Amino acid sequence: MIKFPIIRVITKLLIPYILLFAFYVQFHGDYGPGGGFQAGVIFASGLILYGLVFGLDAIKRVAPPIVIEKLMALGVLVYAGTGFATMLLGGNFLDYDVLEHSFNHQYLPGGQHLGIFVVEVGVGITVTSVMTMIFYAFASRSRFV
Amino acid sequence: MNWVVFAILALLALTAVTVARLRQLWAAVMFTGIYSFLSASWMMILDAPDVAFTEAAVGAGISTVLMLSTLALTGEQEQPTKRSPLVPLLVVTITGGALIYGTLDMPHYGDPNAIVHLHPDPSFVERSLEDMHGLPNVVTALLASYRGYDTLGETTVVLTAGIAVLLILRRDEMERPAIASRAKRRKRKASA
Repeated sequence: MIKFPIIRVITKLLIPYILLFAFYVQFHGDYGPGGGFQAGVIFASGLILYGLVFGLDAIKRVAPPIVIEKLMALGVLVYAGTGFATMLLGGNFLDYDVLEHSFNHQYLPGGQHLGIFVVEVGVGITVTSVMTMIFYAFASRSRFV
Repeated sequence: MNWVVFAILALLALTAVTVARLRQLWAAVMFTGIYSFLSASWMMILDAPDVAFTEAAVGAGISTVLMLSTLALTGEQEQPTKRSPLVPLLVVTITGGALIYGTLDMPHYGDPNAIVHLHPDPSFVERSLEDMHGLPNVVTALLASYRGYDTLGETTVVLTAGIAVLLILRRDEMERPAIASRAKRRKRKASA
């Protein structure tokens, strides 16, 4: 853990905005530049910054490795699961057009929009957790953090 | 805008040469971070903000941290080499010449008649808004919908890479007592 008060205070101020920006890039990716990959690495770099400044134990309390490990696979499962869901609804694999009017379309976006949204969430989950897990693997070997 | 382009490209070249010349690895890692940051700025100028995001977060942020934590495990000084630099210089010159020769055939920046803008199907861009029910971002539509299989594969590659790193690097519960006893033995040897 780093003792310098300026670094600690500035990090505490910055991290919420980094995470918020990651969510913005994730969920606004359909309209502006961005998407799952970008949001995933930005979110992970927020987590890693927290780990660098407050220590490996602190970050492991926030994001327990056993959960992150499961999330790595969950993202791909969400992506492939969308494909199988469209197959069950009678379309081709990852054919989002069948999602039109299938779900509560007063509140959820329909069709292609819903498909892209869910798939990007899957990508975001996998990228975030893989990056965080790689950081854990490196950091728990060295005395760096 | 032109002088910004030249300034960034000149700084990129300068940073690359500095990284190659440095023998202090901590400094070299910091310079690779600077290099990534400059590339991110360059990609912003080329109107690719999503690539710039990734470059800034991965190149300047995460990979710098990973390199630094690797350096904490190894040494911070590069071993001086005794071999003559002539052969590597020749190889680099030939490769560089081939790459420059390759750029001679490339279309101009932003040329609407460039092959990439015509070949697969320009109607992707024209059709996207209607196909996606008004979703304006063509890049997202291409990645997640038109080429959904491709992106599923990429996500799986990321997962596979993560699993591989874990398999190689993770110090699991089985290994921990062994390392602790090794450290104790080393300490005993040092005090003796």
